[in-house]
Amino acid sequence: MSAKLHAIDCDVHPTVPNVKALLPYLDDFWRDTVQERGIESLETVTYPPNAPLTSRPDWRGKNSRAATEVTQLAQQVCDRWHAGIAICNCLYGVGLLFSEDMANAFARALNDWVAKEWLDRDPRLRASIVIPTQNTEYAVDEIERCAKDRRFVQIMVLAMQEVPLGRRQFWPIYAAAERHGLPLGIHAGSTYRHSITSLGWPSYYIEDYAAHTQAFQSQVASLVCEGVFAKYPGLKVVLLESGVTWLPGFLWRFAKFWRGVRAEVPWVDRSPAEIVRDHFRLTIQPFDAPAEPDQVERAIDHLRSDGILLYASDFPHWQFDGDQTMPAGIPKALRQKIMVDNPLATYPRLKEEDAR
Amino acid sequence: MNMEVRQPDRGAKARVGIIDCDIHPKNSVEDLKPYLSNRWWSYLQTYGQRQRHGYVKGFPYPKSQPLASRRDSWPPGGGLPASDLNFMREQHLDLYGIEYGVMNPLSPSGQGDQNDELSAAMAFATNEYQLEGWNKRDPRLKASVVVPYENGELARKEIRRRAGDKRFAHVLFLSRTSELLGKQRYWPIFEAAVEAGFPVGVHVFGSSGRPMSNTGWPSFYIEEITEHSASLAASVTSLIMEGVFERWPELKIVLIEAGFGWIPSLGWRLDQNWKRMKDEVPHLKRAPSEYLRQHFWVSTQPMEETEEPEHLIDIMQWIGWDKIMFASDYPHWDFDDPFTALPPSLSEERRNQIYSGNAKALYRFA
Repeated sequence: MSAKLHAIDCDVHPTVPNVKALLPYLDDFWRDTVQERGIESLETVTYPPNAPLTSRPDWRGKNSRAATEVTQLAQQVCDRWHAGIAICNCLYGVGLLFSEDMANAFARALNDWVAKEWLDRDPRLRASIVIPTQNTEYAVDEIERCAKDRRFVQIMVLAMQEVPLGRRQFWPIYAAAERHGLPLGIHAGSTYRHSITSLGWPSYYIEDYAAHTQAFQSQVASLVCEGVFAKYPGLKVVLLESGVTWLPGFLWRFAKFWRGVRAEVPWVDRSPAEIVRDHFRLTIQPFDAPAEPDQVERAIDHLRSDGILLYASDFPHWQFDGDQTMPAGIPKALRQKIMVDNPLATYPRLKEEDAR
Repeated sequence: MNMEVRQPDRGAKARVGIIDCDIHPKNSVEDLKPYLSNRWWSYLQTYGQRQRHGYVKGFPYPKSQPLASRRDSWPPGGGLPASDLNFMREQHLDLYGIEYGVMNPLSPSGQGDQNDELSAAMAFATNEYQLEGWNKRDPRLKASVVVPYENGELARKEIRRRAGDKRFAHVLFLSRTSELLGKQRYWPIFEAAVEAGFPVGVHVFGSSGRPMSNTGWPSFYIEEITEHSASLAASVTSLIMEGVFERWPELKIVLIEAGFGWIPSLGWRLDQNWKRMKDEVPHLKRAPSEYLRQHFWVSTQPMEETEEPEHLIDIMQWIGWDKIMFASDYPHWDFDDPFTALPPSLSEERRNQIYSGNAKALYRFA
């Protein structure tokens, strides 16, 4: 990869070392709660700490964790892989909490933590606003609070929610997103309101991880079918760590059914495939590519869009070996778009010279 | 869209006798009565079926039209779509030159009922009715071994009862099982199917009792039908990862009405993760995509409609030309017309494989 390109890495993951790290960002009541009630960790089983996928072995540092320090992340992502900008998506499990108030407190703390401990320490870093989807009013308040800081470039929620994201209860979030020029990022992960597949709990972690694709499909269908894009034509949605190659097959099926039963959703007034190409973006790690590079090119052709893919390393998750952040087989002409043009077109705030 | 009625003269143009892998004969609960004990007949009259969803009659997501059927499929003499053999012959079997059709009864068949014993009784009755009401009158129509799949032992009993009976094509599941298909509770079914030499068909729909998606209940019917491939992807993953095919290397699974555009990418995704997490599933001897390629067959309808015609060919190529079998879904609204469903660019040889050869080989139709 050429150093001159200054790629934009749209999905990197700072690791919250432990719940104590958030204490300075909680008010007295919640700080007491953490201590009195013995809340030790909000890490989620979406990424079991020692699982190979959670951190590539050569990136694990002390306590076998990776990405606990700004310097490690920036050296890898920005220096070694030449990202001029990297977007931090914190996956600490605030979205799983059942108390709306507790979720709100932890979301605020997490956003303040990432601003202070990460964004303040490296000007190349940006972040997503983690919102408590448990309560839409709180979520909108948190967007309003964080959006003033131009280094927050996106709103982020987990892929598996209690109800699908297109539901009207969430629409004030999308109004706020549109108002502030913030895409909605949907990241792999679950709030664990339902079994991790729609047919129950699998025996193996590898099945859990595979199941995220299914949730992304449901969220795309829901956002389109409920009419979110008819109401908020400016809204962009980024699917983060979603995999890529599932999309065409899903759209063929979805668009075919839309032709058959579109009377049910009259506000969907053109093919879902077109709506998705206009409003959705996907990060390239993981890609879930075929083994042969020439087949990768075929799979990309199926997307029928050179604007839909965004560069991401998904650091420190183990999606590739060596420095192969870009899956083999992606045509050269597309790389510049994936690395720079598409992210800039997706995240309006990245174009601002001085994000502070 | 589906008001058009085919003219009978088209039938003469059929190239080979078509094998239609998905036909839905309709029976009433009354049709099952001769094969039900007094106890279960009376139970059905009093309490009815309880199928892990809320409605006594109808569907949780209303269909786009009555019984999700083609508007022209209601028999002129009365009765429900696909309940009248003569009209089915006229409108489908004879019109298209169907050599064999696989019957997949959907409801009422008792599959997925909360009560396993009722489910077993209705499965038995449904199987008897397929033979007496359909196959006996038109042997082109092959039956499914409908099983009470939520109870492995009861299902095994029904499969053993039908073993060796050439009038049955396969063992039938609906896709929305209460747990993932690879789980051990379903193993007696796979074991019995392999012993009896039956493939296992998994047809979309049913009610798992869980939300339709892993992010909760969607609002619309279009989401329900789009979702099917997602839940089936989870069950396909489960079958592979649980090592079901290492245990029963002869097991063959047919995915019916699930589309197939999603299958290649599922294989790539599983391979990618398996490479790094083999230690979690040491019982797998090969890459997940190899099990997918070897043990799964797909039926065509609803055939993916790609925006670029050659994209569909890529997908078929990736799945394997020997694994794709034609299905019409008669009499449902999204019926694929046997004369026009396949891409025109396919060679005669591939058309014959999909229309007939693959199903003949799999089901061993004489």
